[in-house]
Amino acid sequence: MRRAGAVALNTFREAVRDRVLYNLVFFALLMMAAAIFVGQISIGIEEMVIKSLGLSAISVIGLLIAVFTGVGLVYKEMDKRTLYALLAKPVRRWEFLLGKFGGLSLTLAVNTLAMAAGLFAALLYVKHHLERADAVLLVAIYFILLKLMLVVALALLFSCYTTPLLAILYTSALYVAGLFVEDMRTFHLTTANPAVAGLMRGLSYLLPNFENFNVMAAAAHGREIPSVLILQNTAYAVLYCGIVLTIAAAVFSRRNLK
Amino acid sequence: MPVAAIEIDNLTKDYPYGFLHLKKKRSLEGLTMRVERGEVFGFLGPNGAGKSTTIKLLVGLIFPEAGTARILGKPITDIEMHRDIGYLPEQPYFYDYLTAAEVLDYFARFHDLTAADRKERVARMLKKVGLETAGKIQLRKYSKGMLQRVGLAQAILHDPQVVILDEPMSGLDPIGRREVRDIILELKRDGRTVMFSTHILSDAEMLCDRVGVIVGGKLRGVGAPGEIVGMKAHGMEILFELAASGASAAAIIAKATKTGDRYRMQAPEEELYKALEQLRGVGAKILSVAQVKASLEEYFMHLIEADRAQGAAVEVSGK
Amino acid sequence: MSTTSSRNWLLLVLLPMGFAGVWQLQHRIDGQRAAVHQERDEVVLRSGKLVKAMSLEYAPLMADIYWTRVVQYYGDKHARHDPNFELLWPLLDLTTTLDPNLLVAYRFGSTFLSEPAPRGAGQPELGVELLERGIKANPEYWRLYQDLGFIYYFELKDYAKASAAFAEGSKNPEALIWMKIMAAKIAAEGESLSTSVFLWNEVYETTKDPLVKDNALKHLQMLRAEEDCKQLDALADAFQKRTGRRPTRVVELVQAGLLERLPVDPMGYPYVFGPDGKAALNLNSPLLEQQLLHGDTK
Repeated sequence: MRRAGAVALNTFREAVRDRVLYNLVFFALLMMAAAIFVGQISIGIEEMVIKSLGLSAISVIGLLIAVFTGVGLVYKEMDKRTLYALLAKPVRRWEFLLGKFGGLSLTLAVNTLAMAAGLFAALLYVKHHLERADAVLLVAIYFILLKLMLVVALALLFSCYTTPLLAILYTSALYVAGLFVEDMRTFHLTTANPAVAGLMRGLSYLLPNFENFNVMAAAAHGREIPSVLILQNTAYAVLYCGIVLTIAAAVFSRRNLK
Repeated sequence: MPVAAIEIDNLTKDYPYGFLHLKKKRSLEGLTMRVERGEVFGFLGPNGAGKSTTIKLLVGLIFPEAGTARILGKPITDIEMHRDIGYLPEQPYFYDYLTAAEVLDYFARFHDLTAADRKERVARMLKKVGLETAGKIQLRKYSKGMLQRVGLAQAILHDPQVVILDEPMSGLDPIGRREVRDIILELKRDGRTVMFSTHILSDAEMLCDRVGVIVGGKLRGVGAPGEIVGMKAHGMEILFELAASGASAAAIIAKATKTGDRYRMQAPEEELYKALEQLRGVGAKILSVAQVKASLEEYFMHLIEADRAQGAAVEVSGK
Repeated sequence: MSTTSSRNWLLLVLLPMGFAGVWQLQHRIDGQRAAVHQERDEVVLRSGKLVKAMSLEYAPLMADIYWTRVVQYYGDKHARHDPNFELLWPLLDLTTTLDPNLLVAYRFGSTFLSEPAPRGAGQPELGVELLERGIKANPEYWRLYQDLGFIYYFELKDYAKASAAFAEGSKNPEALIWMKIMAAKIAAEGESLSTSVFLWNEVYETTKDPLVKDNALKHLQMLRAEEDCKQLDALADAFQKRTGRRPTRVVELVQAGLLERLPVDPMGYPYVFGPDGKAALNLNSPLLEQQLLHGDTK
């Protein structure tokens, strides 16, 4: 586990020294500023606009980082052969994967925190004080982070056995599918074929449901989110990440490096 | 029999290729070989013969179709075995955003060393491979030779019993090669086992106690360098200058090849002194007398031709 | 290699267990989220144009997804007898903005927008607006004119506009001949039983949507029952002329030879005479509930 930690810290260090990340975070902060501007135009709902736009920015930027960096995590090491010297050490392949996952998750957490700070700063600027209801934003941001970690796990899985381009495609496709998973359940209303409807319904429970983590509407309106949901979503993310990482470890363990 | 450093038994590897990876090329066939403790073993062969494949199999980067191997008695599937080996990959490349010191420190963390121990070893290694001044520069600025040295450093950092090097001399200038040779000899002095792959005969001759020759995925011979069948010396070569002319001189010159002002003539070992007498007779100036060896390239070509004649698969590049 | 096969077995056991856990957890989360969810969140982004812009080239696909939500929304409300169709118009607005050529959305949408509560939103003006948008984007589809005329005739009771709509639709060479006939008939007579029955029947015969078909059937049954009751009243009048009193039970009409047998309503229940002496539906008939809920449906 210590070895996985070493890999994680190294991954984090790599991300920190990668200038692209700073640009993205800067862009997100720009969005916050834009949100303030937009908010000024729509009187009465400035707060709601800032919150929704801010959360969307955090989510989108986070997704970009998660997908594009996540996909390169393993591929880059294989392609550049940095992995060769590493695997000759007494470290198991799954420890390596876990470390990669941890490192990128840590990076995302730090980025998200930075952007969250930006959001609260923007809010403070407009409202001049914060209320208890604004704490809901923290929950929304936490959920976004959970979502990002699941995306990273998926990106990692795909990057273990296919090229970066395909991995990006698969991960993105799965994410988009995961947003509309609930619509799959009502397919039986519009399709005549019961087998298809049944299949869709089954899939809708098994595919990663990213809508679980979407509480933007509640957060924007300052509605409280029950702590039960927080626990459940955390459990969901942990469980699903566990499944995906296990599959990734199994795939990677038997992979012949070029 | 003492435990061998490396014991390979019937190792076999296929590479899939073609559409949907349905076809297979056998890149290593039934390799069986021993490397004894404390010796320097050279693994010789042309490009694509299977040297890198063998080494990658040993280190666990790829998995065999059949066969097993043990290092210091532990099977290669055992993760603990990795504590005792050091590995230098072919054309090493490391995280270019790190400095040499950071890379070595990173790799050192995978061995059970205290923080102080780690620090000390990293410093020592940098000095050993001649990178102490460049230790704080990011690797992206390093030359190939410098990267090779970093690779060597990470391979021996934890003082392993067995060191496996894949083409350690490639891409190095003569100074670099000399330095690598010195390190290998130093390792031998300390009682470590070194196995390295190369396609340059002279390196093998200078360093190795024994060599193994592999062509087309098959092991062709193992033994002390120079002992390998087909690599025996055949004859002597005389280098001389001849200013004189005349019938007897012309007869000698006809048997020699001319390069600039000099002539080369070959004579079987038994007839060496007779030839020298002849040359003395015509007043030739003898410059040197040396053994003629088949070059490794000729030897390889000979083996490859034999393979082709048998209709067996020619060597496959594993890259 | 025993380590690989034992690992494989482990995976074979762990993974299904993991997914089973996911399945369970998802159900719980759904329950929890339903508690948090407020309906108006469905259409947080009310602006159809904004959603369309965000969908890039996938607007038709998004339209399909929103269309599914429309059907689900309506079906859900209908099944729970919930008369609040607040979101029907916004959802339809979004759907048709995303894909102006989604004909089924206009047809289904206009039907249930204009149906009075509790069967629909009771907003016929919005139904008209929806259809006009549909006609603008799909001028060659004459059925939309049919639906337009429908709303004017049944809900808005504007017979001039109804006739005009049918007339306009009949100009399409593919339109069925009855469009022209209807235009003339409504212009001349306004509302009539035969027109109503015909229009509902046309919908019943041609629609593929089960909800729409069911709705049409109910209307036809009500119309039939109404007509039957009218005829029974006429017979009751004849009875009164003959005997000097009003009949209290329908069977008396049979006994008097005015009817061959006991008439039943479209659901199979015999008609009765109400306390006011007028023909009415049987108390057990499901149609009675319909009638009470929808009042004077034609």
